[in-house]
Amino acid sequence: MDKLDSAKTERAVVTAAEPPAAQNVMVLNMGPQHPSTHGVLRVILELDGETVLKADPVIGYLHTGIEKSCEAKTYSQVITLTDRIDYLAPLSNNLGYCLAIEKLIGIEVPKRAQYARVLLTELTRIASHLVWLGTHAIDLGAMSVFLYSFREREEIMKIFEYVSGQRMMTSYFRIGGLALQPPPGWLDRVRRVIDSLPGHIDQYEDLLTNNHIWIGRTRGIGILSADDAIAMGVSGPLLRASGVAYDVRRAFPYSSYDEFDFNVPTQTAGDCYARYLVRLAEIRESIRIVRQAMPKVPPEGPFRAEVPGVIPPAREEMKTSIEGLIYHFKIFTEGFAPPAGEVYQAIESPRGELGVFVVSDGSPKPYRVKFRTPSFVNLQSLPRLAVGQLIADVVACIGTTDIVLGEVDR
Amino acid sequence: MESKENGTNPVVQRLKEWNAAAVADVVEFRGETTVIVPRQHLLAVAEFLAGEPSLRFSFLSDLSPVDRFPLEPRFEVNYHLLSMEKRARLRLKVRLPGKDAVVHSVTPVWPTANWHEREAFDLFGIQFSGHPDLRRILMPDDWEGYPLRKDYPTEGYR
Repeated sequence: MDKLDSAKTERAVVTAAEPPAAQNVMVLNMGPQHPSTHGVLRVILELDGETVLKADPVIGYLHTGIEKSCEAKTYSQVITLTDRIDYLAPLSNNLGYCLAIEKLIGIEVPKRAQYARVLLTELTRIASHLVWLGTHAIDLGAMSVFLYSFREREEIMKIFEYVSGQRMMTSYFRIGGLALQPPPGWLDRVRRVIDSLPGHIDQYEDLLTNNHIWIGRTRGIGILSADDAIAMGVSGPLLRASGVAYDVRRAFPYSSYDEFDFNVPTQTAGDCYARYLVRLAEIRESIRIVRQAMPKVPPEGPFRAEVPGVIPPAREEMKTSIEGLIYHFKIFTEGFAPPAGEVYQAIESPRGELGVFVVSDGSPKPYRVKFRTPSFVNLQSLPRLAVGQLIADVVACIGTTDIVLGEVDR
Repeated sequence: MESKENGTNPVVQRLKEWNAAAVADVVEFRGETTVIVPRQHLLAVAEFLAGEPSLRFSFLSDLSPVDRFPLEPRFEVNYHLLSMEKRARLRLKVRLPGKDAVVHSVTPVWPTANWHEREAFDLFGIQFSGHPDLRRILMPDDWEGYPLRKDYPTEGYR
């Protein structure tokens, strides 16, 4: 432990030893224990007075080797790991991984499951954006928004708990469909929450959108141009706030997103305020998608594809037929072996393009799983946002990149 | 299963017209196209794909190495390209021998490759020549070994 700690401190010394850009340059460590870094992000700042000359994000404090663990698990077991990558949007991660494996094997998912997936991932997006809004506002000193947005987020978490049994680590999407039949009356609960949300969003807007302090803290801060954003591989609300209308749901529709009518909100300013406006508009668009999805989800019908030997048979079938029993036993002991090959599946997670790259060698365990996580790539643009700003604005810049450290470090 | 490309993909055709030596092989699988590029051509291919007005692969989504240990060539580096304008994706693959796992960095073409290549160096020990700042990113600076290599154990002593 001592050795580790000394290595981390040495790193700061190495950076500080580089030739300073000007006289009186001060090196400041922000994090890894800092309330506005949303976890364990460390940023080494070189300062001239209050102005940032250089910002160097240091990551890896939450590295848990998820990609290595995946190689020792069967394809179905990996799903529980995906929850833990982006713990604010577990269902989006479930979806990205399941779609990749379904593409690898060539499984057609029943429409009921597809619509339920769309509905639940949009709720995830709302919940994730609400967490972002609350924590970002509290970073900038607007305390009350935090209390309201977490109240609404909790209502969404209750839906997840009702449907899957878990608030956060849901693992509700499985290869070929859903883990369980959605419980009776779940759509009524969704409707109740969705009907109350637009009023709450208006309330947040009343508190922030025209608030002079809020505008002063965010407008013109951390500007990212469209060309820079594309060069840095930035995706999601960050990219759209810079004026690029790229959304994976629109460009490469998956899980029946092409049947839904929604807008891709964009702004052109590329500053923190634009990113705030884009995310609020996205919550409203997600509400629209959920409203369209509710009547589409049929109350009856299959919620999992039927692929013997790959997807576990229904409980009834497992108890009554010998084939069902054999398949059940084989799937849960040795797993299933997809054909050899490699696929890349991208989805639009709340933070941007979540890519899952899976390499199969024809054995029951994935040969390699790579998660192209939007937080990791978006965080790389932080120096571009922060240089030339004041220290207090670095907080706003980190806030609007909306990183989840679990996803950055994996 | 994997199949050889039948020559209809316009991107591959365009690439072959430009320089046939830069395309070692083409694989189609599940609607995804993989172009295998000899490593000495990688940077030129990247520049061409990103700059060519009819293709515009200006966005590098992802860079993922794979370790094929004990096979040789041991490492594969996969570049997932995206053309927002043409709504197209393409995978470039470079194969590297285990003894000499060096490939030219693509940071001059796609600056986003900076952290991706640092991660590949950190976890696989692949060297990227011309990279501006090639040091470990996820593991501690004094870490020994490259954790995502296949000869690195998942648990127990290294």
